[in-house]
Amino acid sequence: MKTDEFRTKIEGSFHLVGGDFTKAGAASSELKSILTNLGISQDIVRRAAIATFEGEMNVIIHAIAGVMYYQVSHDLIKVVFEDMGPGIPDINKAMEEGYSTAPDWVREMGWGAGMGLPNMKKNADELRIDSVVGEGTTVEILIRIK
Amino acid sequence: MKIKRIAEILDAEVILGQDSLDTEIETVCSSDLMSDLLHFSTRHKSLLITGLTNSQVVRTADIADIKAIVFVLNKRPDKDTVALAKEKNIALLVSPLSRFTACGKLYSEGLRSCVDENR
Repeated sequence: MKTDEFRTKIEGSFHLVGGDFTKAGAASSELKSILTNLGISQDIVRRAAIATFEGEMNVIIHAIAGVMYYQVSHDLIKVVFEDMGPGIPDINKAMEEGYSTAPDWVREMGWGAGMGLPNMKKNADELRIDSVVGEGTTVEILIRIK
Repeated sequence: MKIKRIAEILDAEVILGQDSLDTEIETVCSSDLMSDLLHFSTRHKSLLITGLTNSQVVRTADIADIKAIVFVLNKRPDKDTVALAKEKNIALLVSPLSRFTACGKLYSEGLRSCVDENR
């Protein structure tokens, strides 16, 4: 199916389990395939995949569990993460490049360099973060299909 | 530069992707930080040189459109990582060289960074 052939929204969701690094990235990888099969341009697919992958990793690293929802229409990709995590006390601080609260064992796997949220911001057209300490975080990524 | 030429230069064993030896590589990135790769790499038929061998490296390569991974210092990925790379059609090479030497050799043969350093 090509971009101009789908007019109705395509949507779905993935359940994410905190700490499960064997499956970490699988949801983003599958969404990338879905977007590619829709005929969306490779540059937009790559941006969506990177932003989504970072969001997925944040849930895996920081939360007990979460859900990733996606919705694709002819002009917009929307991905929403809702997690049961510790929440972000200072969102501005979390947006700084290099700032990370990830534990050492996560860093040893190549993550936790403090580039996750900056990466999401770089690749998304819009990024919205809503967080309550002790309850969880909701992150919404919007990418326009030109 | 074809993957088979890169394997020769790095004295590397191709442990996965014998059928992609003729795939062209245009740029190289080298990092053990996954988010740096996602942040700085550009989409130009890239090769990744890394010292990490877990499946996260393959996931990152898949997301960032990286075509092949070189593991340095003879480090070998486990079978789950290899299986994932096979599913995602990413070639895997193992080189005895250090990251520094591997990068230096490929640079001297004309390959350049996948990072846009003038950004």
